[in-house]
Amino acid sequence: MIELSFIWEAFLTLLPGVPLTLQLAAVSFVLGAALAVPVAMMRMARNRILAATAKLYITVFRGTPLLLQIFLIYYGLAQVDFIRHGPLWVLFRDPYFCAILALTLNMAAYASEAVRGGLLSVPHGQIEAARAGGMSRPLMLRRIILPLAMRQSLPAFGNELIIMIKSTSLASMITVMEITGLASRLMSETYRVVEVLLAAGAIYLTMSFLSARGVRALEHWLNPQLRNVAGGMPELERGAA
Amino acid sequence: MADQTLLQLFSFGPDGWGAPMLRAAGMTVAVAACGYLLGGVIGIFGAWAKLAGGRVLRGAAETYTTVLRGIPDLLVIFLFYFGAGVALSKIAGLFGHVGFISLPGFVAGFLAIGIVSGAYHTEVIRAAVMAVSKGEIEAATAIGMGRFLIFRRILAPLALRSALPGLGNVWQLVLKEAALVSVTGVVELVRQAQMGARSTRDPFTFFLVAALLYLCITTVSGLLFQAAEARVGRGARRT
Repeated sequence: MIELSFIWEAFLTLLPGVPLTLQLAAVSFVLGAALAVPVAMMRMARNRILAATAKLYITVFRGTPLLLQIFLIYYGLAQVDFIRHGPLWVLFRDPYFCAILALTLNMAAYASEAVRGGLLSVPHGQIEAARAGGMSRPLMLRRIILPLAMRQSLPAFGNELIIMIKSTSLASMITVMEITGLASRLMSETYRVVEVLLAAGAIYLTMSFLSARGVRALEHWLNPQLRNVAGGMPELERGAA
Repeated sequence: MADQTLLQLFSFGPDGWGAPMLRAAGMTVAVAACGYLLGGVIGIFGAWAKLAGGRVLRGAAETYTTVLRGIPDLLVIFLFYFGAGVALSKIAGLFGHVGFISLPGFVAGFLAIGIVSGAYHTEVIRAAVMAVSKGEIEAATAIGMGRFLIFRRILAPLALRSALPGLGNVWQLVLKEAALVSVTGVVELVRQAQMGARSTRDPFTFFLVAALLYLCITTVSGLLFQAAEARVGRGARRT
């Protein structure tokens, strides 16, 4: 039967994996988000070759499983002469680096569509107003377009963050010892599968719950116009009165 | 081995990897389809519990979707593959059986996928049912349709129309989740590619071919869902 004391023991054994999981998720999320912006801009570019390249990248990375991408990068690229005997080998023989690369490329493909949606949602009037106010293009991008687009695509990014935390578990398949890696080892040592998985599940659930909360708080902060004041009256109207 | 051309490597003869790879692709689709159907059934009940259930049912459905969407799918597959084995062996032990019994990988895999995708199905179906306008239901009630008839003739077709894009997304998700079933030893695409890679020492080609086959599957199913959307959306006003 399930033993509570062993769940606690398993919990303590898995806890050291949390920093690595968070690190994988945070690094890949930030890099993926950063990469998503240029990919989205390429996808919307007038240049056909640029747009087609971005489209191909997005289709390939969204149309294949992450596990396959991880295996292709870790096991597959090791076989390519240029990588095996080149200066990049230091990086590609490291499973941690390969996991981050795969997670980043995978997330950027999904997130770029969110960024694109955000960019398309910027009302044309805002851009016209900025132009009428004499803003240069970089200034307009920095002060008007990107902030508005970012706010629009924030919920999608929140989803990506939670998916990212869950996806890091696949790094265990290429010997990275994060939470799932530690859990697999503990399971094969003790044969007490259910207890170990309950402990691991609880840790993951806590992390996704907390990040969902964090994203909601961020959304609240970035959307002051949607916040209701005590009387249920939107702040905008109160300001206008 | 290294001198073989790509076409020879993936030929359909007795030594070629073409047939095993295609069979594995079929297995991927089979696992995904079984899981997807199970998820759909769970999703209908989940959506029903969330929309029409009492406090207890609603709470249970809420917990189910929150938990299953918050933990990695890999853990769920581990749970069904190893956990069900432990439970089955214990039960068999009561009847005097000695030794370890495990759930077949295919069954464990599609059960796990079904349970995970059921959480996504629930949300998609719930949103679609909520999008059906009240007036339609009222009109059906007004002309004396029974509850089941309303469900069959009015609610289900209308909900399906707005659910289809979401259902398509869930299907794409499930297809990619099927790759994780490789840990149970089911010979689907990833597993087959691993086996080919090991015996030919050519992981790059094998994983690349597996990825291409995956792309074919996702592209074709994307087109099928598009066609289905067009068909279900006949007569609907485009917004």
